[in-house]
Amino acid sequence: MLEQSFWDEMNASGGDVRSVYAKIDAWLRETPPDVLSARRSQAELLFRRIGITFAVYGSKDASERLIPFDIIPRIISQSEWGLLERGLVQRVKAINAFLTDIYGAREILRAGVVPDDLVFRNPHFCPQMAGRRAPHDIWVHIAGIDIVRTGENEFYVLEDNARTPSGVSYMLENREVMMRLLPDLFAAHRIAPVENYTDLLLNCLRSVAPATAAREPVVALLTPGQFNSAYYEHSFLADRLGVELVEGSDLLVRDDVLYMRTTQGPKRIDVLYRRIDDDYLDPLAFRPDSVLGVPGVLNAYHAGNLTLSNAVGTGVADDKAMYTYMPEIVRFYLGEEAILKNVPTWRCREPDALAYVLDHLHELVVKEVNGSGGYGMLVGPHATREERAAFREKLLADPVNYIAQPTLSLSTCPTFVESGVAPRHVDLRPFVLTGANGSRVVPGGLTRVAMREGSLVVNSSQGGGTKDTWIIEDPDMRALASFSSQRSV
Amino acid sequence: MRIVIRHEIEQSFEPPVKSLNQALRLTPRSHESQHVVRWRVETDGDSRLRLGEDAFGNVVHALGVSGVTSQLRIVAEGVVETFDAAGIVRATVERFPPGLFLRDTGLTMPDAPSREIAARISGGNMIERLHTLLLRLQHGETEARDDEAAQTNPQDTDEAEALAHRFIVCARLMGAPARFIAGYVLHPEEREGKRHVWAEAYVEGVGWIGFDPVNVICPHDGHVRAAVGLDALDAGATRAAPQPLSVASSVSVRRAD
Repeated sequence: MLEQSFWDEMNASGGDVRSVYAKIDAWLRETPPDVLSARRSQAELLFRRIGITFAVYGSKDASERLIPFDIIPRIISQSEWGLLERGLVQRVKAINAFLTDIYGAREILRAGVVPDDLVFRNPHFCPQMAGRRAPHDIWVHIAGIDIVRTGENEFYVLEDNARTPSGVSYMLENREVMMRLLPDLFAAHRIAPVENYTDLLLNCLRSVAPATAAREPVVALLTPGQFNSAYYEHSFLADRLGVELVEGSDLLVRDDVLYMRTTQGPKRIDVLYRRIDDDYLDPLAFRPDSVLGVPGVLNAYHAGNLTLSNAVGTGVADDKAMYTYMPEIVRFYLGEEAILKNVPTWRCREPDALAYVLDHLHELVVKEVNGSGGYGMLVGPHATREERAAFREKLLADPVNYIAQPTLSLSTCPTFVESGVAPRHVDLRPFVLTGANGSRVVPGGLTRVAMREGSLVVNSSQGGGTKDTWIIEDPDMRALASFSSQRSV
Repeated sequence: MRIVIRHEIEQSFEPPVKSLNQALRLTPRSHESQHVVRWRVETDGDSRLRLGEDAFGNVVHALGVSGVTSQLRIVAEGVVETFDAAGIVRATVERFPPGLFLRDTGLTMPDAPSREIAARISGGNMIERLHTLLLRLQHGETEARDDEAAQTNPQDTDEAEALAHRFIVCARLMGAPARFIAGYVLHPEEREGKRHVWAEAYVEGVGWIGFDPVNVICPHDGHVRAAVGLDALDAGATRAAPQPLSVASSVSVRRAD
């Protein structure tokens, strides 16, 4: 199991260079390591200057850290992307239908497709939303769907993020840095643009504004504040969107309308792109001790004077237990098979599955149903005997809280590390925007890379890095030939 | 029994606040053993009340005040006609299947003592087990109380709340959906009743049954149900933000002459 071979996105399984990577391969061949190294230093300098850092919870020494950036782009062809895109849009459509249903008629529970208790006892199910509809029946305006690849046409969804997915600022910054750093390599490819993401996002948010909004709806971005790990992204996005970055204390609700305090008096807000969790959103409805939220904001939402993006209670659709039902959920609402596959998953809530998982801990990845960021998980093959024993106890104590998956043979991409260019495991988080006019996926996403050799954990909180993701036109062979001859002149 | 209730709440804010929003759950609804004859909720000051309903079917008044406020007075009063139903609660407004009330919340997380109590109860049907729970809680949790002291002790509702939560946690561990009830009580032998909280558990084939762990009884015709929720937070009389510096309440619960 440990000796499994991995599919490399550049070399396939040790064979010829895949055509999409031909130019990257040529570039890597003819660029001396010291030049690559210099480029990497420049990249780091650029990121430092931009100030793009993130905080790691629970780490004392480095409260602000730079996410390692790898200068070798990850390449995906348009035809591969087309498949991914259709699958992503389908999945988000099903998630929105699911949320409309479980907070409404609950047909899927009546049909017995998803067990009642998985919804009603889910900590992210929000009773306050029952019987309510989201504007345009869109709950998840911004989704981040984590994708892994294991082979030529083998894509799997690793997890859905339907609450407040982050990382899009890295997608945008990585692209800018790459354009500045490697303009020749950039110009040699026809790369689909991601720069228009913020325009699309703003259009999306405005399209779901309540009917009572002004003709040009006012959007604001609500952040928990500068101590949040994603604060950089919040300020970055507010800046790019051209909207106010606000904290709870800047806002007030009067007569079920949300206002922000300005020097010219209160100004109405129609759409709140909130980057704080449900629990903290409204002390009158959720945690009464929250000082991050706005008292009465849920009333404004219920009264139809405000759109919250994403809607409240979407977490019930993205937890890891619900994930296992996603193929059935797609089938139930859309009458189609899911285009993107799920990773085979054992639900430890089921006794047979639990028994299997306990017997195969050494080869499985066990995750908490509601965990994120790579915390609270066991990577069986890499764990010590003691770690496995400790996890066995946890599993037995609370099986409902866990799922297990095989250790996937995540694809690798060439990555510039200390020892030179070497394959490292990657995943991909594309962002799906859904507004009144349908879903859009910006071609690209955040590629995360596990910088340590053999590591499968790509989370930035666990030492993962990022790469720019290039969706390029399917290469045609003549153009390739001319590129090589040009370069060798 | 015809019961006259008056619940007055005085809140003070220091420093004064410029705007405030509150949710008031102070309005009983009628069901089979409880008929609300008349009821009103009023506030003073420059405030507005808007009537609504929450996810659990409670009547909620959204209270909004704009303008500088240092004192706020809220009054709920009315008359309720009640009938003894041996604790069985029927024809209530239900927005969820009973299974929802198996949910854990921040205030009703299973802890070791609850697990132990629940694990030691076995045998009989669910109603019998829940009654056993009602008895065990009282004996295991609290010392004998002086009823005089209970009347005036401000800790009284805190204790009732803690016991109701404990009952809810144990009942859920035993597999019975359970929920928190806030309201009023007037015991048959007493002239003056009070604000009170208790629990309800759901038994298949019977429905929702009230359990009053402080008094070790099932609710009788002296219990008036005002709000329901997963825990005390959902059913509390007021939820305020910003929080008042101090709150004084006075409650009068009497038999109608």
